[in-house]
Amino acid sequence: MSIAPEHVPKMETASLGERLAPHAPLLLVPVLMILGFLSITNTSSWLTLTVSGLAMGMMIFIMASGLTLVFGLMDVINFGHGAFVSVGAFIGVTILFALGGMTEQPSILLNLLAVLVAVTGAMAGTAIMGWAFERVIVKPVYGAHLKQILVTMGGLIIVEQLIHVVWGPDEIFLTRPETLKGAVTFAGAAIEKYRLLAVAIGLVLFLVMRWTLKSTKIGLIVRAGVENGEMVEALGYRLRLVFIAVFVAGSALAGLGGVMWGLYQEVVTAHMGQQIMILVFIVVIIGGLGSVEGCFIGALLVGLMQNYTAFLEPKLALVSNIGLMVAILMWRPQGMMPVVKAK
Amino acid sequence: MSEPILKLSGVHTNIAQYHILQGVDLEVPSGGVTMLLGRNGVGKTTTLRTIMGLWRAHQGTIDFDGADITATPTPAIARRGVGFVPEDMGIFSDLSVEENMILAAADGPIDKQRLDWLFTVFPPLRTFWKNPAGNLSGGQKQMLSIARAMAQERRLYLIDEPTKGLAPAIIGTLAGALRDLKAQGATILLVEQNFAVAKALGDSCAVMDDGRIVWTGAMVELAEDAALQERLMGLSMEAA
Amino acid sequence: MLVNLLSGDRPRSRMLTLVLVAILVGLAFAPFLFPGTRSLETAARICIFIVLVASYDLMLGYSGIVSFAHTMFFGIGAYGVALASTHMGRGFDALLTGTVAGALVAALLALIIGLFSLRVRAIFFAMITLAVASAVAVLVSQLSGLTGGEDGLNYRIPRALTPAFKFADGSFLGVRMNGKLLNYYLIFIASFVLFLLLLRIVNSPFGRVLQAIRENDFRAESIGYRVVLYRTVATCISAAVAAIAGSLFAIWLRYVGPDTTLSFEIMIDILLMVVIGGMGTMYGAVIGATLFVIAQNYLQNLMGVAAETVSAVPLLPDLLNPDRWLLWLGVLFVLSVYFFPSGVVGRLRGTS
Repeated sequence: MSIAPEHVPKMETASLGERLAPHAPLLLVPVLMILGFLSITNTSSWLTLTVSGLAMGMMIFIMASGLTLVFGLMDVINFGHGAFVSVGAFIGVTILFALGGMTEQPSILLNLLAVLVAVTGAMAGTAIMGWAFERVIVKPVYGAHLKQILVTMGGLIIVEQLIHVVWGPDEIFLTRPETLKGAVTFAGAAIEKYRLLAVAIGLVLFLVMRWTLKSTKIGLIVRAGVENGEMVEALGYRLRLVFIAVFVAGSALAGLGGVMWGLYQEVVTAHMGQQIMILVFIVVIIGGLGSVEGCFIGALLVGLMQNYTAFLEPKLALVSNIGLMVAILMWRPQGMMPVVKAK
Repeated sequence: MSEPILKLSGVHTNIAQYHILQGVDLEVPSGGVTMLLGRNGVGKTTTLRTIMGLWRAHQGTIDFDGADITATPTPAIARRGVGFVPEDMGIFSDLSVEENMILAAADGPIDKQRLDWLFTVFPPLRTFWKNPAGNLSGGQKQMLSIARAMAQERRLYLIDEPTKGLAPAIIGTLAGALRDLKAQGATILLVEQNFAVAKALGDSCAVMDDGRIVWTGAMVELAEDAALQERLMGLSMEAA
Repeated sequence: MLVNLLSGDRPRSRMLTLVLVAILVGLAFAPFLFPGTRSLETAARICIFIVLVASYDLMLGYSGIVSFAHTMFFGIGAYGVALASTHMGRGFDALLTGTVAGALVAALLALIIGLFSLRVRAIFFAMITLAVASAVAVLVSQLSGLTGGEDGLNYRIPRALTPAFKFADGSFLGVRMNGKLLNYYLIFIASFVLFLLLLRIVNSPFGRVLQAIRENDFRAESIGYRVVLYRTVATCISAAVAAIAGSLFAIWLRYVGPDTTLSFEIMIDILLMVVIGGMGTMYGAVIGATLFVIAQNYLQNLMGVAAETVSAVPLLPDLLNPDRWLLWLGVLFVLSVYFFPSGVVGRLRGTS
């Protein structure tokens, strides 16, 4: 055998187009905003709708991110994810009512503190519930999609009914804390304060999640696990534990999304999770199953689309999002940012 | 020969309804390179995957370093000090070369000296340290895969066809790296189709056929006996 | 002859045969065996749900595809008859037009959804059908000009199918010889024929390929079957039959509304019936639908009584409240999927 000649490393260079292609979906958000502007024509209405669209998108992202990661990691699709949204909302509302003294004061500090306590409580509750759900409902049906869909759907029904048992059969109306009521006027457009808060929370959460996935070891394990779980195990990591952690975190995020959604709608019902799941599924599909960034972009698109059409032709709001999904699947059948599976 | 670090006794593995391994008995001595040879589809890859716990032995036992690991979960087997280079390389293409290496060192940050050594053996890893591993060429991916296994000192390296489909120049680099590793006293179980590489690296050798080990002996013995090669593997390897 | 009618798919269990014969006899002579409006309503509902559930089983049990749009197809058939009867005036031609149009629209929609989702991965289908079905349900309740919105549509069906029509004087075995009776037998015979048709389909070479795909789609593909094509065709047939079941329901009720034909609750009912009866066995649909509809009609009363008796105990009355009916069904559903996925039929056949 001969001595190895000097190996000259050479990077395969991609053309500009090839390098930009993966980021093309990102452009869809401003494109949709411009299209919205062109069809609405009124700047202040457009601004109001855009902010509420982004707020809605952020909330959907919060609810959808856990679902997509859980799928990416273990090929588990949880149709019962909406249950965590509803339960989170009910726990949050209960806490907010209990803290009535704090929410009625016109003090932004006290109000935010009350919301923080409610959110923490809701997330803790749904995290525990997620852990139990994984053990009891999901674990016995690993690797069997058909059973997973059926069983998690069954879990959703049971949880919804238990909400009725605990909180009664009726919806609960709530008002936002004092300082989060009303709107600020910006460039002639009325923008609800709460929506700004929702956008801020969503953005912070996305950045934290991105940082966690990119810069921490657990994030690396999750990203690697989505691509090739077997190899992650062969390197010595217990993927199953990581998966449970992600499942629990995803459930807690769904709970957070539930509280935020409840405050947004100012009413909570046992069905709310199931209803919002329709949009969550659309987001997860168009984002590409397993992709957090795709999920984020998808959520913004769906939120904007929902708000623009609700203004232009209210009856077609949900249908327009089905249309969006069809269009994106025609463009990329696996979703905008499909995760490359090793197997 | 020293005490075997790895010992398979009567291992059977089924994949779905197929009975792939049909009673594998194999001993890997501590220190040196044991070659696992045989035609395509005789169960070499399955043997490595069964040792790693990625497929389960339905019968028989696997002992590693004095402990029975037949039913041990894969991550625990890895933590016992087994480095694995799978046939498909198992690169995380979404992650950068650096991130791949960070994950490879499960016990903590990579030792600085070890990393420098790896950079000397595989210069492209330094060049593309921050780039996505998915953009590497086939040979560079294989270097990364082997470097990952070498990121920490392991008691046993399981390496599955590292030279498959690569250009001769790169095969040389890889073989050089494995020789380096061997020189440090490592124990390697190597599946290899390239007979020149096998001959140059192998100390002892086991040949598989139909899910069983059919011959064991010293590598030189097999390398010098064309008739034996013909009988065991259906063709003479000398041409390679 | 009889075996031929069943397409060679025998019940393969003495007990199952007995139960099936009992159900068949019960339904065939329901007006005479169980007099009263409520029992006739129950019997008609059982007939229709047997077809609906059997058509769903063609997808779920035989092809391994999970769909949440089955009520949408059911609703399309129902609204087809309602709209035709509203716009064409009362008459058998309107019923026929509505039924055929409904079945065609349902099949077409299933084709489109199938082409979009089944070629990527089967799991997309479940999510996409859920989204599309919800969108349609919302749309139907909002387009009140066309569909009557939440209130639904009332319309007139041919007089020969209404209680006002008497085709013979007096009564036979205490049952009045009126159009309602004719209507029931229209439903019964149509359901019976549709069921035999589905039985034929699953036992045809086409049905066997579907089952091969369900077991191992990769292998079926490599043998040379076009998996997506087969699955899509199965979906279309299933959708069309569900639509016809919807049309029958509309003819029977003389009313359609979102709650009775499109709601997600019905979808859950269908899932429960399939799983409890036994997936992948057409006879499971018969048993599941019969058990479920009867339970739905009569067990809820029982729960009310039970809740009364334990009213002193905390929490229990809430759990036993008839409104919590779905809770217990959900529990039963999850347990069935875990512990006897082949359902009652599988148990009776001893293969579970």
